[in-house]
Formats: sequence, structure tokens, C-alpha cells
Amino acid sequence: MISQLTERNTVKGWNCSMKDIHECLLASPTHNTIKLWGQHGTRSKAPSLKKVEAHGRLIFPAQANLRLCLLLTMVANQEIMDKDRLVTAIEQDMSDELNLKTRKYLRGDGANLETLRDKKLKGQLAVREKLYGQSAKAAAKAEKWLMPTEEGYLEPEGLEKTWMVKQESILREVDVISSRKPFDMILPELGPYNLEYASSGRYMLVGGRKGHLAMMDMMSMDLIKEFQVRETVRDVVFLHNEQFFAVAQKKYPYIYNRHGTEIHCLQEHGAPLKLQFLDKHFLLASVNKFAQLHYQDVSTGVIVANYRTGLGRTDVMRVNPYNAVIGLGHSGGKVTMWKPTSVKPLVTMLCHHGPVTAVAFHSGGQLMATAGMDRKIKLWDLRKFGVLNTYSGHAQTMDFSQKGLLAIGNGSRVQVWRDSGNQEYEKYMSHAMVKGYQIGKVSFRPYEDVLGIGHSMGISSILIPGSGEPNFDTWVANPYETTKQRREKEVHALLDKLQPETIMLEPSKIATVRPPRRKERPTKKETEEEMEAAVEAAKSITFKKKTKGRNKPSKRAAKKEEEVLKAKRPFLEQQMNNDKPLKKQRIVEAELPKALQRFSRKKAS
Amino acid sequence: MKSYRFVRQNPAKPNALPLPPSPDSVSSCFSRWRFCLFERWKERLRSEQVHGRMKVKVISRSTEEFTRERGQDLQKVFRNYDPKLRNHEKAVEYTRALNAAKLEKIFARPFIGAMDGHIDAVSCMAKNPNHLKGIFSGSMDGDIRLWDIATRKTVCQFPGHQGAVRGLTSSTDGEMLISCGTDCTVRLWKVPLLKMMDSSESDEDYSKPLAVYVWKHAFWAVDHQWDGPLFATAGSQVDIWDHNRSEPINTFEWGKDTVISVRFNPGEPDVLATSASDRSITLYDLRMSSPVRKLIMRTKTNAICWNPMEPMNFTAANEDCSCYSYDTRKLDEAKVVHKDHVSAVMDIDYSPTGREFVTGSYDRTVRIFPYNGDHSREIYHTKRMQRVFCVRYSCDGSYLISGSDDTNLRLWKAKSSEQMGVLLPRERKKLEYLDAVKERYKHLPEVKRIVRHRHLPKPIYKAAALRRTMIEAENKRDLRRRAHSAPGSMPVQPFRKRRIIKEDE
Repeated sequence: MISQLTERNTVKGWNCSMKDIHECLLASPTHNTIKLWGQHGTRSKAPSLKKVEAHGRLIFPAQANLRLCLLLTMVANQEIMDKDRLVTAIEQDMSDELNLKTRKYLRGDGANLETLRDKKLKGQLAVREKLYGQSAKAAAKAEKWLMPTEEGYLEPEGLEKTWMVKQESILREVDVISSRKPFDMILPELGPYNLEYASSGRYMLVGGRKGHLAMMDMMSMDLIKEFQVRETVRDVVFLHNEQFFAVAQKKYPYIYNRHGTEIHCLQEHGAPLKLQFLDKHFLLASVNKFAQLHYQDVSTGVIVANYRTGLGRTDVMRVNPYNAVIGLGHSGGKVTMWKPTSVKPLVTMLCHHGPVTAVAFHSGGQLMATAGMDRKIKLWDLRKFGVLNTYSGHAQTMDFSQKGLLAIGNGSRVQVWRDSGNQEYEKYMSHAMVKGYQIGKVSFRPYEDVLGIGHSMGISSILIPGSGEPNFDTWVANPYETTKQRREKEVHALLDKLQPETIMLEPSKIATVRPPRRKERPTKKETEEEMEAAVEAAKSITFKKKTKGRNKPSKRAAKKEEEVLKAKRPFLEQQMNNDKPLKKQRIVEAELPKALQRFSRKKAS
Repeated sequence: MKSYRFVRQNPAKPNALPLPPSPDSVSSCFSRWRFCLFERWKERLRSEQVHGRMKVKVISRSTEEFTRERGQDLQKVFRNYDPKLRNHEKAVEYTRALNAAKLEKIFARPFIGAMDGHIDAVSCMAKNPNHLKGIFSGSMDGDIRLWDIATRKTVCQFPGHQGAVRGLTSSTDGEMLISCGTDCTVRLWKVPLLKMMDSSESDEDYSKPLAVYVWKHAFWAVDHQWDGPLFATAGSQVDIWDHNRSEPINTFEWGKDTVISVRFNPGEPDVLATSASDRSITLYDLRMSSPVRKLIMRTKTNAICWNPMEPMNFTAANEDCSCYSYDTRKLDEAKVVHKDHVSAVMDIDYSPTGREFVTGSYDRTVRIFPYNGDHSREIYHTKRMQRVFCVRYSCDGSYLISGSDDTNLRLWKAKSSEQMGVLLPRERKKLEYLDAVKERYKHLPEVKRIVRHRHLPKPIYKAAALRRTMIEAENKRDLRRRAHSAPGSMPVQPFRKRRIIKEDE
């Protein structure tokens, strides 16, 4: 650009000065393009720095005072340099952040293409990897710029601690909509209450021990349906959407619709203690009084599996959301994990000395929390089934939030723990109910910073900033779902219903190749080559020069031969072993009773 | 979403208390539930003095911002691509792939309709390059017809040939149709325009040929140059004709046997390939006085087609149930051997995209092969379709037309489960997605089984099994013979070379 302009201006006799500018610009590290416009006005005008900032280059009128121009250019350059430094720092930060986010969307490392020998496959995979990278980057950018809601947080002032903050003071600070979310509902008559949120977090199901069932819309705080079954209710669970729910009653589990009409009585399950619903598989799992685990497909009505756990009666049952494996906590301190296609548990872990009282799974699938009567709360790494941390404390009920907070209900107190980095959980918030209330169930509300508490005197909810995922996905779980969307989603969910066989400890292993089991024996050729190399190495050994008859050529040759033999020996031995026929299994002749001995085969003499 | 750090409940009354859930919203039967909204809190709130200011924010969404304003608006959609929200991703994808494979099988209805009209077997066809929906067909009784594919009706007939019509082709501009037959004549016809086709009123008489050239031998095939005024006929020799000359301008001969097919190269207008009943495939260049190259195979080649996108390659439909793709520059071995038919392959035509070709066979089936695949991707058959003598792709590559012994032309979809007609963008995206997951999981046994399965008519199934047995037996025999002969006396030849006898220059 500059050289062109120089040429243009040479005609006008600006040759020398232009060169100066040129040199000056070359000297500065970030030299900007200078444009000289012959057509612009005749008056010398100081170029505005705004323009510089906007375009990153200086525009002067042609007849401007050159010295002034030069000065301004240098000043502007300095400023631009500073700005550049700042901008690059910010850009660096931003790109780091984007990289971090991109990693999340890449879902693990790409294939190692270097080891591939097939060029065609390599090319195809390279294209695929590139596409993965692009889509991950796009997703990361979308996350950075397009998310409508921000995460909640709680930052205390000065020396204050987060766990000292009371609900009242939080309530004072938050907006109107949020301030309506915490409440205490005192229902003293119908016994300890159980509660369950729908997957979108909009609806809540409440079940009182003495037969009180209610469904609420938590967004408008409307009661949708309330009725009494006049029977023990042990657990309540939503099915695939808020239209249906299952209730573990005295003798059988029942399925009701949202109008409270009984749809099914699932007699095969027996008297259930706990229910869980696997929404992707449409499986309703229950564990009954006889410690039998039942899986029933609610879309077809088929009982998929019925297994005896054989470890005694238990009502500690949670489904791991990551892989849909069911964890059961037993009175012997064991935690077992089940899938519908195996009779035996996939995993049996001895977690506590004493009965297990609560189990909770982190949504990432790698973390499990267990609590036992032995006054221990343990965090487990589910990849190696080892304990990460042990804390002392009792817990009747536990729950992980979407963002990984752990709520622990004990007596009339609720504690919320937070990961302080490196999977060290520490106290984040605590809340005390009225003395004497016994907490039976804590459950985080999805996509909200709310913890629901079911206790002996009703239900409550409190605000836990930073517990929920701030941004929902309309096609995954939509709190603002319309009827049409719900119907559409139901059809799609049924089309994508997973078969029970897809439940496994590591669900990302589907459609991957199983690694070869045994290490293959080296082929004959390979061993021969190895032997030859060893022999060559042995031959090339140089011996020390010995004196007095020990350095005779014959001795040296013998020594060398010995070395070679030594090198060969292990290979030859191995070969002999390989060549040896497998040991014949000796048929142990059973000692026959005397009466039958004459029928035994005669030994070849 | 606006999110303020210190949002007060009510800006007008900064010290007002949060409102309890209004009792009006609770139905009467719910009144048993007492809302005891922090009575104790109220007092504390008033008494407690404001000391340290902590920062608190909780998620709060106003319904207005997440729902549409008016009924006619579109629903608002919010996305969060976080993998944590989607469990069992791979299992879901696999299930979708499986369902897509099943659906593809359910919707596979390739046969569109038959075009009835000829009174003898259909022997040859030609595309009409000017009209997407026009096709010419010639039959064994000397009848030539122009069909409208959209209505599946005859538009126009060209009577005149005494014996069978063996070759049909149209000129590059689409205005002229050239036919030849066993009555030793070449006839040039004027092709009616599209408008005439629709109104079916013609002031001109298309049933009279523009010219009739009588020559000294019966003709087996004709093909027009892709770009130029010449056309070539095949009979006992190869003749090159001009439109306006009643005698061939050039004649080629290599051997004494009848030439049965001829095709011009789409890229190089002067190059043509022929096949003859002496099992040879010969390449000619019109700029030279003699043939260029000759390849002799073990069996006769019935038809040849050049790949329109890679014009140096051609595929030969052979009598031994296979098709052989050759590179013109390297005729000593076939690039690919396409095996699947169980009887002689009678005709072959490439898709305009050059990625696939269709073959018609004496075993009463039509198959579609990928240009580089050794097995067919699709087989079409009906109970009534007899020996297929000619097949053509439509000019847009989405339909196939086959002509067979049972006097009918049949119209097929090139992709058997494709949805015809205009697709909405959402539909198209969905189909693309399903194709992608099918592609991704195609190696898994269940998906593979469903995608690969084709129902075969019993005779074909049996013939294929028989052929397999024969080939296996032959291989075994070869193996044994090799084992019992001197080492090196029977070199192993790949199948790509085995069927070639020699290459002449």
C-alpha cells in the first residue's frame, strides 16, 4: 500500500518526506498503513484518534503538515500498541476460556490417527475429527454468548462464612419471583412427607405416609390435584412426564394420572418400599419388602426383570442418572449396583460398617455419596470404586444437585456441601427446621436454586444459590412446556426408547470395539529375528586383552562361542516350551466298587 | 434474561416484605394446607439491622421472557448443549440409527409404475436430453415410442422399421432421434417439442422420418457423439455417419465378428468404445484411421457405458454375470469387478453423477452398483418383469427406467425409500441426521443386518447359492491343482485379471 502511494506522490514531489514516514513506520513494531488521500480537502486537519481506533490505520489529507502527521502517527502508534497489548491479553483470556469450554463439548480426546496405516480410513477420520472440533467450538461459542440466564451464587462479605448465612438474609436480597419459592407447608396430620420433582423442575409430587397424595405446579404455585388413598404411601415417583405418576402403596405400586385416576395396579411388584423411574428406558424399578428388585416397562407393561437381591430388606435405592444403573444400599453395609439384564449385581461394594442409610449419585456419573449408621458419610469414585473422602456424620437422606452440591438431611437439620476443588466437599449452607421435625427426604429442584425438604410435619423448600443449572434446553426438559410440545416430546421419547440391554456401567462403550483379551504370542519369525539380533549383539562384544596364554585365538573363539550360546539360550528354551505338546489331562480313574471293576477298561500292557 | 445482583422485591417500597404465595391461587380443597410463610422471619427481618452486604443471586426467570407473547408467535426455543444434560447419548444415537434403518426398510417402495404399449419386447431405449420427462423406446417389432414419464403415457410413435429396432439415440441438441434396426436401415426422426407433447396437437407430422439411409448389413447399436454432428452404428463393422450423408463417412473393422454395442466417450468426443461378439472390447479414435486398442475377455460383453464424471473409465456389462470397470489407460486389469447378477448382464447405464450405475440382467432383475463397489447396493424385481434388455437412468439421476421382454417399460426410484416431492427444510434436516447416524453405526451387527437385507425371488436366491457353490468348487479345484503342480507353474491371478485373455494394440 505504502509503496503504491509513494509512487503516486512522487509525481507531486513528496518523494523525500514520504520516505521518512515509511522509515519511521518500519521502525515501529506495529506499523500501521498510512493512506494519503489526494482528493481530500486542502486544509491540514489533525486526524481524530477515534478514527484510528476504529480502523487501525491513519487517514490524512494529502496536504497535511507532514511533520504533524508524523508526530501524530507516532503518538497514535504508541496508543495502539498499548491497546493492542490489552486487546491481545483479553483475547488470550477469551480463547483460553473458549478452549476450556470446547474441551467439554469434544467429549474426550479424538482418535489417534498417527498409528493408522490405512490412508483412506485416516483421511475419513481426519475429516470427521475436524467436524467434531468445529461443532464443539460452535457449541462453546453458543454457551459463551447465547445463554439467557446466569448461575446463582452466594458471596459473603469479609469474614462471614457462607454457611452462616441464614435463609432470611438471602430472602432479603433476592428478587420477588425468587422470594416466593421458599415456603413451609405445615401438614401435621398425614405423616412424614415424601416429595419428588418432575425432570423439568416445574411440577412437584407430594406423598404423605398416611395416604395423602398431591401434585403441584411450582411455577404458579397451583395445586393440580390432591387426593387420599387411605393406605400407607411409601414413595412417589413421576413417570416420563407429569401426566402420570407411580405410588408405592401398602401392598402394590399404583400408577395414577394427573387427575388422580388409578390407571394401573402393578401386582407383580409386591409391597414396594421404594420406586425409581428410568426415563430413557421407560422402566419402573421397585424394591419390595422381600428385597426383590423388579423392572417393568411402563410403555409395554412387560416385566423386564425380577431379581432377588438376597441382602435383606432395604429402602435405600437410587438410580445413577449417568448410566441408569440402580444402586441399592443394604443393612450389611453393602452397596450393590444392578442392571435389568444381569441376575447378579454388577458391583458389590462394602461401604460401611453397619446399615447404609442413604445413597446419592452425582449427575456426572463418577461420584457417589453414601451414608451409614456408623456415623460416616463417604464419597466414592465410581471409576475405580475407591473411597475419595470420609466425613463423620449421620444422614437420613442425601441428594446431589445439577451443579454438584450435596444436600444432607439429618434429624431436623439440612446441610449443603460444596466441592471446594479436588473433590473435597465442605459445608456450604445449612438450614435448621423447627426442632422435632424429622427430615425424610431432600431433593433439589432441577433448573432452580431450590431445595425441597419433606419432613414429618409437611414440606418445605429453601433457597440454595448456585445449586441448579441456570439454562434449560427446550428439547431436553422444558419448564415452560406447552401441551403440544409435551405431546410431541412424548412421541419422540417413545421412538428413542432405549432397550434394557443398553444399561451398563460405562454407557459410552456402546458401539466401540472391545480390546483384544490376550496379548498375542510373538510369531516364529519375530522370535527368530529377536534371536538373531541378540546373537549379533553377543558376537560384537569385544573382550579385554588378557595376558599369558589366555589371549590365545582358540580361547578367544571359545569365549565368543560361549557368549553366543548364552544369548541364544533363553530363546531356545522358550521354543522348546512352545513346541512341547500340551500336557495331556490325566484322566483320574475313579475307584470303582469291586463289583464293577471287571468292567473297567483293561490297561494296555 | 436480566439478572441484577441486588434486586429488591419492589423498587417503590424497598423495605417491603416478599409476598407470600397468594391464597387465591390455592383451590378450596387445598385450604387445609396452611401457608405459614415465615411468621418468625418477618419479625426478625424487621428487627435485624442491616450490616454486611453479601452478594446473592439465585436463578429467577420471568415467565414472559421464556414464553411467546401472542398466540401466533413461534414458541421460543432455548438450547443448552451441555453433555451433562444429555445422558446415554450414544445409546440414544444407536437406537435412532436402528430405527432409521428399520424405517428405511418399511418405506422402501421403489416401483412407481409400468408403461404399457409396445406389443413386443423392448429392445433399446434412449434419453431425451431436452426433456427431463421424455424417453424413447424401441421394440422388437419395429415400433418406436416417445414416452412422457410423468404421466406414463405414449406421446408419439415413430413407425417404419420392418424388423426389430436395435439401436436408439438422440442428437446432442435433442432435436433429432436416430434409430437403426435389423432391416439394414438407419432412420432419422424429428423429435416433437414439449409443448406439442402436452397439447398432443401437432400440425407437423412426426411419424415420417427425416431421412432413411439403407446400408448393407443389419445394425445392432447406434450412439451419437456427446458433442458434435457424428453418430456411430455397429453391425458387422463400425460405421461413422454424418446427419446429412446417406453413406457412412468412415468405417472401422477389426476382426470379422459382429459388433454389438457402441458408446462414445463423454469427455473426448472422438473416442468410442465398442464390444463385439468375438468377446472383444475395442477402442476407436475418429482422428485415426485404425482402431486404437482391443481387449479380449473370456466372455462376450453385451454393453458398455462410460462414467460421465470420470470419462477415462468405463464399465462393461459382461455375459458372465459380472460387470467390469476398466481404466482406458490400463486395460490389462479391471479396476473393479462388480459381481451379483446370476445371469448375463444385458445393459448398463451410469447415473449422471457418476457415482452409481444401473444394470439390467437376463435373470429378470435390475441392480444398482456403486461405481467402486464390488457388490450391488440394491436389487429391483417384480413378479411380472421378465428378462431386462435395457435400462436407463433419468437425466436427473432420481429415477430408473427398465425395458424388458414382457413389452413393458418400468419406472423405479433410484433410492428405494426416498420421499418424492418437495421436502420441507425440517424434513430434509431430519433425513440428513438419520442418514448420518445410520452411517455412523452401520458396522454394528443389528444395523448392518437390517440395512443389508434384501428379499430375493426364489429362483434368484437358488441360482446365487448355486453360483456360489460352483465358484467355491472351482477355487478349491484350482487350489488342489496348484498344490500338486510344480511350484510357480500356476501363478495366482487376481480375479480382476483372470477374465482377460489379452490386450492388442
